[in-house]
Amino acid sequence: MDYKRSNILGRIDWLTVIMYLALVFFGFANIYSSAYRENHPQIFDFSQRYGKQFVWIIAALFLAILGVMINTRFYYFFAWPIYILSILSLIAVLMIGATIHGSRSWIPLGPFHIQPAEFAKVATALALAKYMSYYNRTLSQFKTLLNVSLMIFLPAALIMLQPDMGSTMVYSAFILVLYREGLPTSILIVGFLFALLFILTLVLDKTIVIAGLLILTVILHLFIEKKMKITLKAVIVLLLTGTFLWGVSRLLHRNFSFYNIIFFSLLAGGLAFIPFLYRYKLKRSAILYLILIGSVFFAFSVNYVFNNVLEEHQRKRINIVLGIESDPYGSGYNVNQSKIAIGSGGFTGKGFLHGTQTKFNFVPEQSTDFIFCTVGEEWGFVGTFTMIAFYVFFLLRILFLAERQRSSFNRIYGYSVFSLLAFHFLINIGMTIGLFPVIGIPLPFFSYGGSSLWAFTILLFIFLRMDAERMEIAF
Amino acid sequence: MKDYDQYEVRKYVIGGLVLLSAFIVIIKLFVIQVVDKSYQLSASNNVLRYIPQYPARGLIFDRNHKLIVSNEAAYDLMVIPSQVTAFDTTEFCNILGVTTEEVENGIRKAADYSELKASVLVKQLSARTYARFSEKMFKFPGFYVQPRTIRYYNYFVAPHMLGYVGEVTESIIKKDPYYNMGDYIGVSGIEKTYEKVLRGEKGVNIYLVDVHNRIKGAYKNGRYDTAAVVGKNLVASFDKDLQEYGEYLMHNKVGSIVAIEPATGEVLCMVSSPGYNPSLLVGRDRTKYFPALIKDTLKPLFNRAVMASYPPGSTFKVVNALIGLQERVIFPSSTYGCAPGYYAPGVYVGCHIHRTPLNLKGAIQNSCNAYFCHVFRNILDNPHYPSIYQSFESWRHYLESFGLGHRLGIDLPNELSGFLPDTSYYDRYYHKNGWSSLTLISMAIGQGELGLTPLQMANLAATIANRGYFYTPHVVKAIEGNLTIDPAFRLKHKVAVDSSNFRIVIDGMDLVVNGEPGTGSTARIARIDGIRVCGKTGTAQNPHGKDHSIFMAFAPKDNPKIAVSVYVENGGFGSTYAAPIASLIIEKYLRGKITRKWLEERMRNTDLIHGLQKK
Ligand SMILES: [Zn+2]
Repeated sequence: MDYKRSNILGRIDWLTVIMYLALVFFGFANIYSSAYRENHPQIFDFSQRYGKQFVWIIAALFLAILGVMINTRFYYFFAWPIYILSILSLIAVLMIGATIHGSRSWIPLGPFHIQPAEFAKVATALALAKYMSYYNRTLSQFKTLLNVSLMIFLPAALIMLQPDMGSTMVYSAFILVLYREGLPTSILIVGFLFALLFILTLVLDKTIVIAGLLILTVILHLFIEKKMKITLKAVIVLLLTGTFLWGVSRLLHRNFSFYNIIFFSLLAGGLAFIPFLYRYKLKRSAILYLILIGSVFFAFSVNYVFNNVLEEHQRKRINIVLGIESDPYGSGYNVNQSKIAIGSGGFTGKGFLHGTQTKFNFVPEQSTDFIFCTVGEEWGFVGTFTMIAFYVFFLLRILFLAERQRSSFNRIYGYSVFSLLAFHFLINIGMTIGLFPVIGIPLPFFSYGGSSLWAFTILLFIFLRMDAERMEIAF
Repeated sequence: MKDYDQYEVRKYVIGGLVLLSAFIVIIKLFVIQVVDKSYQLSASNNVLRYIPQYPARGLIFDRNHKLIVSNEAAYDLMVIPSQVTAFDTTEFCNILGVTTEEVENGIRKAADYSELKASVLVKQLSARTYARFSEKMFKFPGFYVQPRTIRYYNYFVAPHMLGYVGEVTESIIKKDPYYNMGDYIGVSGIEKTYEKVLRGEKGVNIYLVDVHNRIKGAYKNGRYDTAAVVGKNLVASFDKDLQEYGEYLMHNKVGSIVAIEPATGEVLCMVSSPGYNPSLLVGRDRTKYFPALIKDTLKPLFNRAVMASYPPGSTFKVVNALIGLQERVIFPSSTYGCAPGYYAPGVYVGCHIHRTPLNLKGAIQNSCNAYFCHVFRNILDNPHYPSIYQSFESWRHYLESFGLGHRLGIDLPNELSGFLPDTSYYDRYYHKNGWSSLTLISMAIGQGELGLTPLQMANLAATIANRGYFYTPHVVKAIEGNLTIDPAFRLKHKVAVDSSNFRIVIDGMDLVVNGEPGTGSTARIARIDGIRVCGKTGTAQNPHGKDHSIFMAFAPKDNPKIAVSVYVENGGFGSTYAAPIASLIIEKYLRGKITRKWLEERMRNTDLIHGLQKK
């Protein structure tokens, strides 16, 4: 037993462990800085956030050790009970949870508040790995796909009821796992495109959206058919009809709207394209083209519904979620202040503890969801670049570890770890710099908060144990 | 060994996706951190301190350009909690004359609002305290003094019209970004309606502040500072002497006086009694007096002239007379008897003993109830209309044209609309077709559901004085500079009664005051030698106590200069108090002095409040 344990410790991927520790430490330094006041200089002041975070880090380290100690077999055999338990905890929180900031997300446990949604990610990852690793289950089977979707959808839906939109959206990260395990590309792309289209139509100008759709179609067409000439011809037909229609409208001094021209040239271009389709039997291109037309329709109808069907307050809410409302002191306040803080760091930053924006509460939620602001302000572009590079390296290391697994159970779980961390990382930073609407999810290992730190630690270290054991067991 | 995995290649797509996203994030970071300097600028906004420069509020003059409201300097002690370090509290409190708890609570409250923004800690220090504190200010970091101006009243008159100034509430701050915590705003009266004109525009001085929020000097040598723009002065329409006199007469009485210049709609005086001394609501005294004024059962803060509604009583008879004439259901020569009183199946309206029968003029002079019951029934049972629904609506339409049943639109806040029932009101109260002119008979003599504000009553007097039109009453005559008052106040409102029909009614109102002794004139007490006063008495039935005494009048009869309404609550008959007070007001305004000292004395010394409270 002793031998075996030291063996395990010897085979742990220490590079990942060290990177984990570095991230946690750097995160703590930033929490310390953002909460730092001259009159509270001690690090171990437990009335301050950094003091509490210190306690949580210590606890997280114990959890890490525990995670490594437990045999992979345990997770494999208890994947379902863990999943069910976590679903029950999500139901429980809806009934007995404490409401903080308008969401019923917390179960009070003595002096702590536990957020079951954070731990549900681990459980879902385990269950998914277990289900999908059964022999001869492939995602091209409709039934498997349906069951897998349900397994992801169930916790996501329960979290949505709290309501916690951010944590709900995190579950979309599992799509990457499914993709790796054979989800047909078309489903992925179509789903992704429509989600993107929905948001883009509301955020961007319709013209840009439609232009983007056109370009995308052309690229995809090239990608699928690998026939440069036909694609080129199609583009030329489109451009010509567009120019022609535009010219006609000019000559007639008619005020054709820009959208009409785009729309009719699309239609005309499509009709002109039909003979090509027949001649070269470009079935897939035809589908692609139909999808394009459908998307344009979709974009217009989203816009129409948004502007003409929704009530004012509903519009406002969506606008707030999408961060469109340009009201620097209202709903857009967070992003605005966050961008100012990060932007003011300049190239080299203001130096550790010398940030001005992230102190004095200019940036709300600065130690939780907006911890990246402190990095940006105090360490400048040099700091943010280094941190992102480091984080990406960390993620790719996990990807590498996942790929080297011999069992699909391990691999699927590893991919879940990777996907969840990558999603949190990209979306969190994206929202602090205005690339993504503010949905309030933490930056793993960085943000202040016990539940998220613990959950991510457990998530990671279960995988490190699997990795250490990869040569011994294969499910 | 591993099984063949056809999807393994997808790891590159996934890895690539993450790399690509990270790349986009880095580009965006490069833009906001290195390329775009505007974020650095914005950040400096966060560490610049904007100290507002408060302009003096506009002055308020009366119609004769006497200065009524001006300003005096006051000094607010401000605190920025994040800058406060340990200090000698005893010395601090001694200089300022406050207690340690007040200071501690104040700082805590300020910190709750904002650690970084300044809050008022002690309001309106006197100039002497300010001087003493200035000497020692260096000992107290985090505190500074903000000069302000507060209202100063040269005469303690017209509190309801002038209104008062107070601190903005949180809900206003949320709605209007102009205001910050601790700013002043007009809360009532002219101060409220003309807030934007009076307040001017705040300026701002920008200072550089270091990481510890200490001022390091003017930002860019004050290049971006803006100067405060002083508020505009107003000329109110009231006559200070007349207003003062009205308040003097209404001493110890509950009620109101409203006087209007018929040719312009300018309010010459507006008394609501009891009132209060406006200077009590300024500065630190305010916390002392305001709660008492709020608690007072006689509601001294309440502007009865526009916010109270009473039945018009017999003054309303002249309106029914005008409508009857216009509808051609009565004529100047129409004669009706009085029993005394009016008898109809199931209905009896009493009257007093007077000569009978009377024509229209005589009926107004004697205020005969029976006569006006006939007039009212003639109007509502006019065969010209298919049913009472149409005739009632027509009658109501006339009244609306007189400005009844809706707000007149005076430039004072919280004006009441009064009450004018409509047919659906009676349908609800009785049932459809369940009412007739007999049901509504009490409105013939101005009782029942009707409600008029004293302002509407004065406007009615002005409309009659003008023989058929009025200008919306207003209390501000002019705004300094090029700003004109609302053009709505220059708009002539013609009523639905032809001006030719007013002559006979005015003759009747003339007789009310100037009729030969023994002919039944109801308000001979309002007679002024040499001034032809026309008026009408009224008594508003009061279910809670003694009736209210009402009088409306205008003078002189030809080319009238003043129209007035007087309400004295619990004053009994219109002729007892309201008529003499109106008469004194008219004499004061037209002559500048009073010949009937005995009458003035009697009115001044009447106490209708304290006797009442003993009961
Ligand atoms: Zn009579």
